[in-house]
Amino acid sequence: MTKSASQNFINIGERTNVTGSAVFRKMITDGRYADAVEVARHQVENGAQVIDVNMDEGMLDGVVAMRTFLNLIAAEPDIARVPVMIDSSKWEVIEAGLKCVQGKAIVNSISMKEGEAKFREQARACMAYGAAVVVMAFDEVGQADTKARKVEICQRAFRILTEEVGFPAEDIIFDPNIFAVATGIEEHNNYALDFIEAAREIRATCPGCHISGGLSNVSFSFRGNEPVRRAMHSVFLYHAIPAGMDMGIVNAGQLDIYDDIEPELRARVEDVILNRRADATERLIEIAEGLKGQKGKSAEKDLKWRDAPVAKRLEYALVHGITEFIDQDTEEARLSVERPLHVIEGPLMDGMNVVGDLFGSGKMFLPQVVKSARVMKQAVAWLEPFMEEEKQRLGTVDVSNGKVLMATVKGDVHDIGKNIVGVVLACNGYDIIDLGVMVPAEKILETAINEKVDIIGLSGLITPSLDEMVFVASEMQRRGMTQPLLIGGATTSPAHTAVKIDPVIRSAPVIHVVDASRAVGVVSALLNDEDRPALVAQTRARYERMREARKDGPPKPRLSLADARKAAFRPDWANYTAPKPAFTGTRTFEGIDLATLARYIDWTPYFSAWDLAGHYPEILEDAVVGEAARGLWRDTEAMMQRLIGESWFNPKAVVGFWGAKAVGDDIRLSTGDTFHTLRQQMKKDNGRANYALSDFIAPEGEDWIGGFCVTAGPEADRIAETFKAKGDDYSSIMVKALADRFAEAMAEYMHERVRKELWGYAPDEALTREELIAEKYRGIRPAPGYPSQPEHSEKATLFRLLDAERQIGVELTSSFAMNPAPSVSGMYFANPAAIYFALGRIERDQVEDYARRKGWDVKTAERWLAPVLNFDPFVLVEA
Amino acid sequence: MTRQDRIVALKAAAKERILILDGSWGVMIQRRGLAEEDFRGERFAGHVGQMKGNNDILCLTRPDIVTDLHNAYYGAGADISETNTFSATTIAQEDYKLDAVAVRDINLAGARLGRAAADAWTAKEPHKPRFVAGSIGPLNKMLSMSADVNDPGARSVTFDDVYEAYRQQIVALNEGGVDLYLIETITDTLNCKACIKAIVDLEAEGLEKLPIWISGTITDRSGRTLSGQTVEAFWNSVRHAKPFAIGFNCALGADLMRPHIADMARVADTLVAAYPNAGLPNEMGQYDERPDQTANSVGAWAKDGIVNILGGCCGTTPEHIAAIAKAVEGVKPRLAAPTKHTMRLAGLEPFEVAS
Repeated sequence: MTKSASQNFINIGERTNVTGSAVFRKMITDGRYADAVEVARHQVENGAQVIDVNMDEGMLDGVVAMRTFLNLIAAEPDIARVPVMIDSSKWEVIEAGLKCVQGKAIVNSISMKEGEAKFREQARACMAYGAAVVVMAFDEVGQADTKARKVEICQRAFRILTEEVGFPAEDIIFDPNIFAVATGIEEHNNYALDFIEAAREIRATCPGCHISGGLSNVSFSFRGNEPVRRAMHSVFLYHAIPAGMDMGIVNAGQLDIYDDIEPELRARVEDVILNRRADATERLIEIAEGLKGQKGKSAEKDLKWRDAPVAKRLEYALVHGITEFIDQDTEEARLSVERPLHVIEGPLMDGMNVVGDLFGSGKMFLPQVVKSARVMKQAVAWLEPFMEEEKQRLGTVDVSNGKVLMATVKGDVHDIGKNIVGVVLACNGYDIIDLGVMVPAEKILETAINEKVDIIGLSGLITPSLDEMVFVASEMQRRGMTQPLLIGGATTSPAHTAVKIDPVIRSAPVIHVVDASRAVGVVSALLNDEDRPALVAQTRARYERMREARKDGPPKPRLSLADARKAAFRPDWANYTAPKPAFTGTRTFEGIDLATLARYIDWTPYFSAWDLAGHYPEILEDAVVGEAARGLWRDTEAMMQRLIGESWFNPKAVVGFWGAKAVGDDIRLSTGDTFHTLRQQMKKDNGRANYALSDFIAPEGEDWIGGFCVTAGPEADRIAETFKAKGDDYSSIMVKALADRFAEAMAEYMHERVRKELWGYAPDEALTREELIAEKYRGIRPAPGYPSQPEHSEKATLFRLLDAERQIGVELTSSFAMNPAPSVSGMYFANPAAIYFALGRIERDQVEDYARRKGWDVKTAERWLAPVLNFDPFVLVEA
Repeated sequence: MTRQDRIVALKAAAKERILILDGSWGVMIQRRGLAEEDFRGERFAGHVGQMKGNNDILCLTRPDIVTDLHNAYYGAGADISETNTFSATTIAQEDYKLDAVAVRDINLAGARLGRAAADAWTAKEPHKPRFVAGSIGPLNKMLSMSADVNDPGARSVTFDDVYEAYRQQIVALNEGGVDLYLIETITDTLNCKACIKAIVDLEAEGLEKLPIWISGTITDRSGRTLSGQTVEAFWNSVRHAKPFAIGFNCALGADLMRPHIADMARVADTLVAAYPNAGLPNEMGQYDERPDQTANSVGAWAKDGIVNILGGCCGTTPEHIAAIAKAVEGVKPRLAAPTKHTMRLAGLEPFEVAS
């Protein structure tokens, strides 16, 4: 199970459901609504992200009960903050519920059991009320039991909803029916597997939808045997979540940690759930009897863990959410270390790391993590008076070293790391103003100003928090705030801070803090007038370098141009015969099938265009961005199908070959034109060469150079505009990103034809797609403006030679950008020794030399070479 | 121009520039120093109880004033002026004991007065067509809030009552010729959802489809609506209306409203609109933010690309509107946030489920 799968599983509380909870039913039938409200509150506190409300009980007036209860919880902000699932088999009860919720709720459920007409009507009503829906796999014939029936019904419902009713796909949740297994009836044996496999197929064929189910059904035949039921639920989820089940009505208390299930039990349960052997049911019953009566492998009852050393006990308590012994264990740990703070930094943080790992690997679920945090908080609360006392003893009381504001940004609820940092800082004498979680930018900044804080710390764990942090920083800049901004949390990174946050704020320094242990050092330096300038300057410079490093790599010692030329790369020209191209001059190519080109697409840059970092296809399973990447990929495949089928683009290419000869760092063409190249000036060891592109062309005898320009054509812009006009910016961006990919694919495709046919020096080349992408072929096709020749104006020569504007409609703008944008150009080198290299930074001597060769004055050369200068052109050299 | 032509023109104009809505009506009517008789006119001369203060009735009893105000705002540079029907629902007009017939007449007359004024300006300045938004105010009764401190579950009105009241108002506004609906000053999202349901149902029954503009009210610095929702939760709860525009008005001046508009601008895949008050009222209950101050603040929003439509609420005057129009001249309108295909639920807070 991937991290994203378990983290994105939506846990719907089931305890405010009269059919699921006898206690709750009794409260409602007795009219004890105040107690019933407390049940809802407790559920939300325990991590339910949505609460299911069901009043389907024969003795109740469902309409009245639903309305009464929903109106009551609407008045409780700590309950009403989460969305409601209005759960009833009676439409009038659902509608009564919809008339009570101001937020966007989920209706559970509608189906086709009374025919398509009724289904459409109810779906339309849900849309008009603004609700998402659960659709049961139920039709005129009955409830779907086999995989085939489940899939067929859900697909039909999906088509009706999306195509006829106009229901948004993302608001559709299918419930393909979880039925009891191990009932003793053979036909039931495959029910769990039917659900899991149906879920997979439905998710694949109904793009955008969600899958839910009532988990407790699956273990119905083991009523009264809690240990077996808990194991069955955990094992079921362990397999159903990766198949696409992304929400469920689950009693978090009825789940075990997968790894904690006794192996024998787990294996036999797995046999039942996955229907792996004919005697699976008997084998489970065999051991079930022995477990009956136990309150599960519930940790509170099994006290063996109490024999472990104290650090292990703390870890166990954190992982299993047990507060019973936490005070005494924390105290024992405190007595064994020098300072109370060491308990937090030591065993408690170690324990929380274990929790993080289990959560990350899908073996713990969110509600369990919430419980862990609660244990942590209690342990810290135990230590606080001791830390206070220590402060007094050391005489630091009431001496505030500074005020630090901390907040988990809007949209994020994770605060464990932030709380730890807060505690650690407080222990070091800083005043902490902790604004908690989900804090809007406005509140952070207002508080910072009103409370005159010295430092602002932002925390977040989920990826969207990164954007929110950028937003907070930009708001600080807008208000001209100068407090240093600290960034922390699991998804944050020095790179993101450097590239995305640091550039939007000039008014204050930004520093990424890796973990709590670093926080003290950073904060104390920032609040010390002597240390602060250095830290700020170093950090700024470091981020500047990190931004640069993404372009060119770090600065290195340089050689003079003369020395660099001495170290030029010299192929063995004596034993080299240059291959002769099939033609000289230019040729154009068009009418190339998009399906053919699609095979040449490297998808990794496509994902990075969407800010999703990672290699395709692994990115689809990536722990952090996998979910987002899969969503994008589904939509992309759909667009690719239309794009290719309807031939949205008309890619074109122009290719040319000319006789060529290296003259120093220039390449002189038979046409009389010259390509100017630049030479690496970094100091190298091991006798490695200082490259210039001219090194790959023979200085004497016959040799050739090629050039090309390819384009996906102007159509993409127009199509993107059409999408945009319809308000569909998503598709608009997608079509442009795809056009870029097709231009790159066209370049790859043409290069292959050049190698095999047009220049023909590798006629028998047979490379796989991956090898192509990895550029495992002979020859290179560097482009002006890219690392080997970063100077864009060389494109003017290339375009003149190719006559690209007339031939294929690609023109150069005044800054030498290609228009239309999805275009690629470059030069072809056939020498087997030719490689791509990065020029790196160059010195003044080469700039002057280059200016002379180009016929420019030095100022002009400096302007075009600005990104690669290893000196500040505004500082004059002493004559 | 047919109404559908005007709607096309409205949407086209929104792509070109920042659209301008009119300003406050209350302040402008107050300045006239009207007497009880002005409000009553002939039709309600013998009506029981006080009528003074029922500004909407002026659509029937002093149409000249209503037309004057439309003209004053169009003249100041407003693209859109609102009908004088903010409280013209049977529920809100219970305070003045007006029946459904009178309420319908207010809406019809209000829409026609706005239509006539807009058409006259469009004829005069064809390069700048003017539009009429049918004002649909909140009610004095809320569906999500208890009316009884001792019983949090108590409600003074039902969803069906609210739905019916809005339904009647919508039919009359539509018939009177408005170009779009403006559901405004929303303090309770559930009231707004009843209104949306009424519009959706009426359209399904064949009523001509018009753009919907939804404008909530963030009541204080908490950043929440009176019924407790955050900006994004509010958006998630009403976006099924596929609104032409979404935003906030009233309660706050421009400086305090900005963060909430910025928040909305980040999530809404449609136009974002704002019409703040002229600052906060002074101790005398008067608004004294000058036109140049308001224009300065909201002009910056336009330049920062967080807004598409600007106007004024309480305390603003034609001078404010003229200043705002001038401040945003030539400024490119905001680009809508990309549509996210995720399930976006809401309680008081948003909850997003990736697909």
